[in-house]
Amino acid sequence: MAIVEVAQLVKEFDSGKVRAIDGVSLATNEGEYLVLLGPSGCGKTTLLRTIAGLEQPTSGDVLINGQVVTALPPRARQIAMVFQSYALYPHKTVRGNIVFPLRAAKMAPAERERKTTWAAELLGIGHLLDRKPRQLSGGEKQRVALARALVRDPQVFLLDEPLSNLDAKLRASARDELKRFQQEVATTTIYVTHDQVEAMGLGDRIAVLNNGTVRQVGPPTEVYDDPADTFVATFIGSPPMNLVPNDGKLVGFRPEHLLPASVVGADALQVKLAVDRMEYLSGDRHLYGTATGAGEKSRVIARLPATVTSEVHAGETYDFAINRNRLRYFDASTGLRTQP
Amino acid sequence: MRTRVADRDGALAWIFLMPSVVYILALVGVPFVLAVGLAFSDVTSGDPSFDFVGVDNFRSIFDDPVFWQSLGNTFLFTAISMLLIVVLGKIVANILVADFRGKWVVRFLVLLPWTTPATLGAVAWLWLLDSIYSPIDWVLRQLGFLAEAGNGSNMYWLGEPALAMASVIAVHVWRLTPLAAVIMMAGLVAIPKDMDEAARMDGAGYWRRMFEVTIPMTMPVIAVSALFGAIFTFTDMAVVDVLTNGGPNNATQVLTSWAFFRGIDGGDVGQGAAIALFLFPLLLAAAIAILRAVRRLEVR
Amino acid sequence: MRRAPLYLAAIMVALCSAAPFLWSLVTAFKQNRDLYNPDNNPFLYNRPPTPDHITYLFTNASFGTFAWNTLWVGVLVVGITLLLGLPAAYALARLDRPWAGWFGIAIFLVYLVPPSLLFLSLSRIVVAAGLQDSTWSLVLIYPTITIPVSIWLLIGFLKAVPRDIEEQAMVDGYSRLGAFWRAVVPLTFPGIVAVIVFAFTLTASEFIYALAFVSPSSEKVISTGVPTELIRGDVFFWQSLQAATVLVALPIAFVFNLFLDRFITGFTQGAVKG
Repeated sequence: MAIVEVAQLVKEFDSGKVRAIDGVSLATNEGEYLVLLGPSGCGKTTLLRTIAGLEQPTSGDVLINGQVVTALPPRARQIAMVFQSYALYPHKTVRGNIVFPLRAAKMAPAERERKTTWAAELLGIGHLLDRKPRQLSGGEKQRVALARALVRDPQVFLLDEPLSNLDAKLRASARDELKRFQQEVATTTIYVTHDQVEAMGLGDRIAVLNNGTVRQVGPPTEVYDDPADTFVATFIGSPPMNLVPNDGKLVGFRPEHLLPASVVGADALQVKLAVDRMEYLSGDRHLYGTATGAGEKSRVIARLPATVTSEVHAGETYDFAINRNRLRYFDASTGLRTQP
Repeated sequence: MRTRVADRDGALAWIFLMPSVVYILALVGVPFVLAVGLAFSDVTSGDPSFDFVGVDNFRSIFDDPVFWQSLGNTFLFTAISMLLIVVLGKIVANILVADFRGKWVVRFLVLLPWTTPATLGAVAWLWLLDSIYSPIDWVLRQLGFLAEAGNGSNMYWLGEPALAMASVIAVHVWRLTPLAAVIMMAGLVAIPKDMDEAARMDGAGYWRRMFEVTIPMTMPVIAVSALFGAIFTFTDMAVVDVLTNGGPNNATQVLTSWAFFRGIDGGDVGQGAAIALFLFPLLLAAAIAILRAVRRLEVR
Repeated sequence: MRRAPLYLAAIMVALCSAAPFLWSLVTAFKQNRDLYNPDNNPFLYNRPPTPDHITYLFTNASFGTFAWNTLWVGVLVVGITLLLGLPAAYALARLDRPWAGWFGIAIFLVYLVPPSLLFLSLSRIVVAAGLQDSTWSLVLIYPTITIPVSIWLLIGFLKAVPRDIEEQAMVDGYSRLGAFWRAVVPLTFPGIVAVIVFAFTLTASEFIYALAFVSPSSEKVISTGVPTELIRGDVFFWQSLQAATVLVALPIAFVFNLFLDRFITGFTQGAVKG
């Protein structure tokens, strides 16, 4: 177990023309599952690769357990990484793949065999050891990649979008497996994804990145309920947070908090919602319409859970309300959180 | 654990490149510079001492009409061969990528001219084009195009200037078409299948697909094979050397063979080097032009 | 294409390419009195075929020696080419040096320097190295032709190896060098095969250097030995020449054909993407 830390990290490409990482400072806790979340091109993968030692930072340092490792090659960092493609060696069998890092460590054959069997059993791939990677399904490849990462006894796991190559059905069960696996081995893990569902489900904490900077770090509930700025507010949540301009500020509220006035308590902001379209999604109703009363007239989305049964029709206007403690305020020019 | 040389990309890049660079500098760079020096010297095989004579060698080769004839022949030879090689190569490639039984044997036979050492291939042709025993002449005689015996019973393929040039070009095309075909096959294989199928859905026939999908898509590959072919053609003299030795009357003399005859057979090393050197800027210009064209095609 | 025209075209193309060899095969077994009569049908045996000229090839013209020389020169040249070319190609394809593109072009330009230009000065270097009239001079010189082409070919193959794979090896505890050797080289195997075949073919057909540097019969290779030993002034040993052509052409083309598919992928990858 280990604490991974990056300090004032900057990474430029094309001799300064592109700044992939723009002064990031971030630290994990012992044994934590930290998710780096952001849109593509936000620098999250570059950050992970810099931690791995595959990229040299332009300035700043990478520390593992308080030790500066910035100048060390990847092999000296005691890390394990799972690539998006799983990067299984196509010319080696599953066994050959898993043993490969152990041979690098010059481990005795008997010990290698014991470790391989242990990792294969843990991930339930014992029966696949003599196959070649091309004979494996996506889920099996992922497990082989994890087993190969596991046998090294790394201080930290780095996972780069490991679920994005799986089909939607597999993804949910693989996510569950990943989480249980990490809890079992209790190794510090840094996980990169652009999928907020994965981030919310897996992370002990989420670091939201955009344009090479960290916008917010916190547990999933905090990032969701108390976004630090409008980027986080709109990037996380589906549908995203509604933002209504109001006198130099933006009033933010989640779609599920915009409800018919009758089901909201007394301390509420009253709005008129002119509904023009409605969608049924997994029992919820999503209402698209124009709200007046929260600030300027704006397009908003409301999400009515199945428990709310009031009748709503497209083309009509209704009395809606938002519980006041659900309202979040942002500065219209900087996008940062402010007070009401 | 400390960082070793094996971890450092910069150092490793140099260590990996150095042996090749040293090898090539020593055995291509140094002789090249020496050859440039020779071109400005009066070295002959009889008198190997080096004296600087400035552009004298160039002046005397430019004064020699055979040089200009060789230069013209070189361009004629290269242009016609390249045209034929590209067109025939394209046709052969189209045949070879199709699926049919016995493909392996056909590919094997098509490759023969190129994989056979150039001199041996040319020797086989030398006999086919023999002044008396040519089997081609025999066929023509049987068909009544040539007299049965005596005067007019042979074509003298390598004896008449125009026929000799045609023969040399034909043998050269025969030898290099397989290479061009192999390269173009790669280009054809690389065309996405759905592209061709989309064109089919749009109702395009074989020839329309060929000219509006296949050929434009394989343009970069065609350009590259033309480049390789042109360089082969420009610098190769094995066919000329074996078939005609530049004759009759320098009718098939090309720059490379002319350089060889002046420099080695004639012993005038300086002039030979000057003629050979004359090739280099031409090759360089052609290569740069084609490489740039390929880049542009790729970007599109 | 429809079936019938396709087969017809394929047969035509194969015939045009192979006709001289088929005819060489016929000629190789002809008796002199059959061959040197312009009225005889040159495509048939007008007198019984004879193996004499093939025997002559091995007994009097030391064809075996030429073949053996060609073989071991080829093997050594291929070895040197891979030993030097593979790391160099890797440095240009993967080590992300800013000068890599410029260097790639420079190596391509080396290929444009014609042998006839270097021949005169190279022969001096060969003499200085004490290798004149020795087959070893060819082992020394041929890599200058094969290395640039092979680097060009291998760059394409190396670029096709996913970066993830070697980075994975580095994360798995290997140095850059270790990752190259254990993860990248095995995956470049098709490219290595292409280089072996291409370098060997180039070596076997090279003519000018072989003619210039080596004159004793026992040191000659096929491309010079066959024409010089079987053409003595005006006397052409035609049947033996034709037999030699067929004997050399068939095995090389056979091996080449085995690796054709791998070769064509590498060729365009190196040339177009390099």
